[in-house]
Amino acid sequence: MAGRTATPTKTLGEVSSSGAGIGSSPLRPDGILKVKGQFAYSSDLWMADMLWGGTKRSPHPHARLISVDTVAALKLPGVYAVLTHEDVPGRKRYGLEIIDQPVLAMEYVRYQGEPIALVAADHPETVRRALELITVEYEILDPISDSREAIEGRPGLVHQPQPTEHPDPEASEGHTVPRGNVVRYQKVIKGDPSAVKAAVVVSGSYEVGMQDQAFLGPESGLAVPDDDGGVDLYVATQWLHADLWQVTACLGLPEEKVRFTLAGVGGAFGGREDVSIQIHACMLALRTGRPIKMVYNREESFFGHVHRHPARMEYEHGADADGNLLYVKANIVLDGGAYASSTAAVVGNAATLGVGPYDVPNSEVDCWGVYTNNPPCGAMRGFGAVQAGFAYEAQMDKLAAALGMDPVQLRIRNALHEGSVMPTGQVVDSPVPVEKLLRVLVAEPLPPPGAAVRDVRELPGGVSSTTHGEGVVRGVGYAVGLKNVGFSEGFDDYSTARVRLEVINRTPVASVHTAAAEVGQGLVTLQAQIARTELGVEQVTIRSADTQIGSAGSTSASRQSYVTGGAVQAACAAVRTRVAELALMRLGTEVKVPRMLDGYLLDDAGERLVSIVDLLGEDVIEETLEWRHRKTQALDDRGQGFAHVQYSLAAHRVVVDVDLDLGLVKLVEVITSQDVGHALNPQAVVGQIQGGTVQGIGLALMEEIQISQSKIRNPSFTDYLIPTLLDVPPIKVFMLEEPDPYAPYGLRGVGEAPTISSTPAVVAAIRAATGVMLTRVPVRPQDLLHD
Amino acid sequence: MDFLQPTSWAEALEMKAADPEAIPIAGGTDVMVEINFDHRRPRSLMDLTRIEEVRGWEREGSRIVIGSGLTYRRVIDEIAGTLPALVMASRTVGSPQIRNRGTIGGNLGAASPAGDTHPALLAGDAVVEIESVRGLRQVGIDDFYLGVKRNCLAPDELIRSIVLDSDAGPAYFAKVGTRNAMVIAVCSFSLGLHPRTGRVRTGIGSAAPTPRRAHAAEEFLFEELTDLWHSRADLDRSLVQEFGRLAAAGASPIDDVRGTAGYRTHSLAVLARRTLGWAWADYQRGANSDRAEDVN
Ligand SMILES: Cc1cc2nc3c(=O)[nH]c(=O)nc-3n(C[C@H](O)[C@H](O)[C@H](O)COP(=O)(O)OP(=O)(O)OC[C@H]3O[C@@H](n4cnc5c(N)ncnc54)[C@H](O)[C@@H]3O)c2cc1C
Repeated sequence: MAGRTATPTKTLGEVSSSGAGIGSSPLRPDGILKVKGQFAYSSDLWMADMLWGGTKRSPHPHARLISVDTVAALKLPGVYAVLTHEDVPGRKRYGLEIIDQPVLAMEYVRYQGEPIALVAADHPETVRRALELITVEYEILDPISDSREAIEGRPGLVHQPQPTEHPDPEASEGHTVPRGNVVRYQKVIKGDPSAVKAAVVVSGSYEVGMQDQAFLGPESGLAVPDDDGGVDLYVATQWLHADLWQVTACLGLPEEKVRFTLAGVGGAFGGREDVSIQIHACMLALRTGRPIKMVYNREESFFGHVHRHPARMEYEHGADADGNLLYVKANIVLDGGAYASSTAAVVGNAATLGVGPYDVPNSEVDCWGVYTNNPPCGAMRGFGAVQAGFAYEAQMDKLAAALGMDPVQLRIRNALHEGSVMPTGQVVDSPVPVEKLLRVLVAEPLPPPGAAVRDVRELPGGVSSTTHGEGVVRGVGYAVGLKNVGFSEGFDDYSTARVRLEVINRTPVASVHTAAAEVGQGLVTLQAQIARTELGVEQVTIRSADTQIGSAGSTSASRQSYVTGGAVQAACAAVRTRVAELALMRLGTEVKVPRMLDGYLLDDAGERLVSIVDLLGEDVIEETLEWRHRKTQALDDRGQGFAHVQYSLAAHRVVVDVDLDLGLVKLVEVITSQDVGHALNPQAVVGQIQGGTVQGIGLALMEEIQISQSKIRNPSFTDYLIPTLLDVPPIKVFMLEEPDPYAPYGLRGVGEAPTISSTPAVVAAIRAATGVMLTRVPVRPQDLLHD
Repeated sequence: MDFLQPTSWAEALEMKAADPEAIPIAGGTDVMVEINFDHRRPRSLMDLTRIEEVRGWEREGSRIVIGSGLTYRRVIDEIAGTLPALVMASRTVGSPQIRNRGTIGGNLGAASPAGDTHPALLAGDAVVEIESVRGLRQVGIDDFYLGVKRNCLAPDELIRSIVLDSDAGPAYFAKVGTRNAMVIAVCSFSLGLHPRTGRVRTGIGSAAPTPRRAHAAEEFLFEELTDLWHSRADLDRSLVQEFGRLAAAGASPIDDVRGTAGYRTHSLAVLARRTLGWAWADYQRGANSDRAEDVN
């Protein structure tokens, strides 16, 4: 299995733990290591005889490649290989949904930073020099930068029409085949919005800038060639098997020759769903016969992963005089950049969730995802729903103002509830407590007004001492957001789990093996909690995630607790059945509903029948199974279908102080409520909710990759700002637990919903304080000035 | 790469004379970033952190002499209440980690237009003591900054210390940034009252190729305050307004990723008005300027 000479630095690997089952919050196995700086991330991987890999990238967002000259680089002592697209052994392109992205540029470069050539050398400095020695001749072309113009293909085509290959023909069903610069267009229509006469109509144009996932661990990994002509790759990713399928196709190798092991992941948030170093590192390893380490530096990382789709949106809401929503019309354009990545799925989410958590009789959402020469955009926490959420919540506030109604009351009046019919025709069949979530927030007393003389740290600007209270006004804002959980629209969304039960040192021990990526959210801990609860054992070992078992699906779409959690639960149930069979065979007692507790198999009366230690002896029970959630359906061309398996909801109230003269904002208070179905690990749930909230605050106030002429102006943490501890007050979380009868343990995916409502709540509070409309996020200080 | 490690100031001066291309490194919070980004590949580095003589500060009457290797952490802990504007500026630098390592001498060595101590040093009428084996010279802060990230040091010279008057008068520093920590100034402004000379001095940061004073604004106040220094009467709104306008006009800002020229001009006027108001109110009360003495 593993590589030739040495095993790379130990990553999280196998984790043994004992302690509590579901509903408790046991210590994370990686927690102390991370706090102490001892956790081994993928960038810490090391082997004695390894080489370093590097990537030559295009400085131009759009150009024709005339020539790539690698001769000088190859001559540099210490250089072992320089590869171009001609060296790609298998399929020359890859992609998550549409296979459109060249492994190495062929003929054209379509975005700034597109990889053109690879280098392997004995030292990072040699790599750097060799990359400089590669000469590339370009014919520079005008970039196609404007997403709206791109729809019509007016400025030209980013991709010449070509037959596209789909990785999974079933998954692409219902996706319109790319045409012109449109990756996907989706209409979702319910009722007949054009026929409705409304007493009050509000409309607006909204924009969301390009956010970055800003994970701290850069793209990195180690590829180790094996004697069998295959390769082992240790890498930080979100979905080992999606990587595997793309890598094997591009390397032209069968699946058994490429083995992936998850290395320590330093954050993901969607940015690791696409391939980065995976194919490149393997190509270099296979060519040189040496282990290859690749690590992007921070600046390269900004060019090395996809970002959140910038959006331009037009909305119109109509209501009767009492504030009942009659119709919503929306038109959403998402800029997918140069390659498709997850654009089609992002379009699906924005189109189906574009009306928000409201029960609206008539709606029509038209959504486009387009190619441009801007940086490729793909998965990021809450995708599609984040962009739409900013717009529909702004509209709800605008509508409340036009009606002279309280914005919370307006939301409650139109709140989605169990039994509501979604714009897709899907009937909501589990709790969606929009009203309760809002009422919890409203019931909390508001923070007291600031004192006349305050410590500067409590004021906008903080220790930067820009005000002693002059110009400072307060505002309060509310918002609710809605997200789908899991992969939607008919995708075969499953996870595979193997659970083993055996007796070691007279102690029953369970071990769990999946390919699910722990990216910091706490899945390793949760898998052990589930095994403990289901098998009634103390000791659980979680094997490191790798491709020696079937796919677990992606760690994204708030889905792993649901889907991999469901798979582990089901595999445990299968193990219990085997234990009961053993009991029947050995003891002659039949147990119809096998339960296990504190190391014993219980009989149907709930009494201890036999200890696992005595029953199993030397026997080992192992069960592996694939687990699927309810089937969803592809959308038809009117956007109708049972598209989403579950909805997840959160609400926020934000209180801000704004310095009107400088446009600086201080968050005074942030509180949030979320229905989590069932908190399997309450501390991890709160962590997700707070983290998601902060990411939404970042989008509201500062996080933007600034693009000019399709080029990134701020590819560093010097100028791509994310909130610090001093920018975020303590976040109070109200957890509601209304079980979803269809989900394991009744749980509801939690990771993304908070990111959707926190952004509009912050902006609503700023609007309330300043009276400025604010139709674009992030809100910049200059946007707030009246004069 | 050579790594020089002098243990005394005299040894450092000799090493610098022998190898003028050696890059001094104090906290390294600028130097290491430049090396990391490959903006600079020094042939030799000269570590200044072992030289005790320049790592502290001392008081000589009302003169405060700050060693070039004094960290922000120590400025905040030890000089708070004495040099309010410099302390306020120091509090806004980076994060606790950066303040533990970064030095005032390093800020001057880097001479970035966005460096946070510069406006405070300009407003405080600092003197920079610069030394080489050829001798020590004292350079007024007005003559220190020559261009974008360029200062007046000769290749064999090192910054020894920075001298400020602790009795000058009330002083403030204020910085606009888009978050509350770890932020490069969009623009910054410092103001110091010097009642003994009848002058008000200013410093503008991040809104011109170098840190600079707003001369016209200072001259305007020199005229307008002549009688007020004695009476300590309230300042007219219109006077404060005009000062803000002139202070902002003293900048030559650009549009960049951090902000627009228009926003910079606008906020400089606001900061100038506010800092003048605060400093004058302190002067009227005879009070100290610092409002957050025990902030980290
Ligand atoms: C994350 C981060 C955040 C930051 N935030 C801020 C901020 O908010 N505000 C701000 O102003 N700066 C900030 N900086 C920049 C930096 O911390 C400051 O400029 C600091 O003062 C540099 O001091 P240092 O001792 O680390 O300098 P070094 O990096 O050691 O040196 C800086 C320069 O000065 C020269 N030098 C140092 N000492 C001497 C000497 N005695 N004589 C002659 N030349 C000398 C060096 O050769 C070099 O050119 C930040 C840096 C980082 C990495």
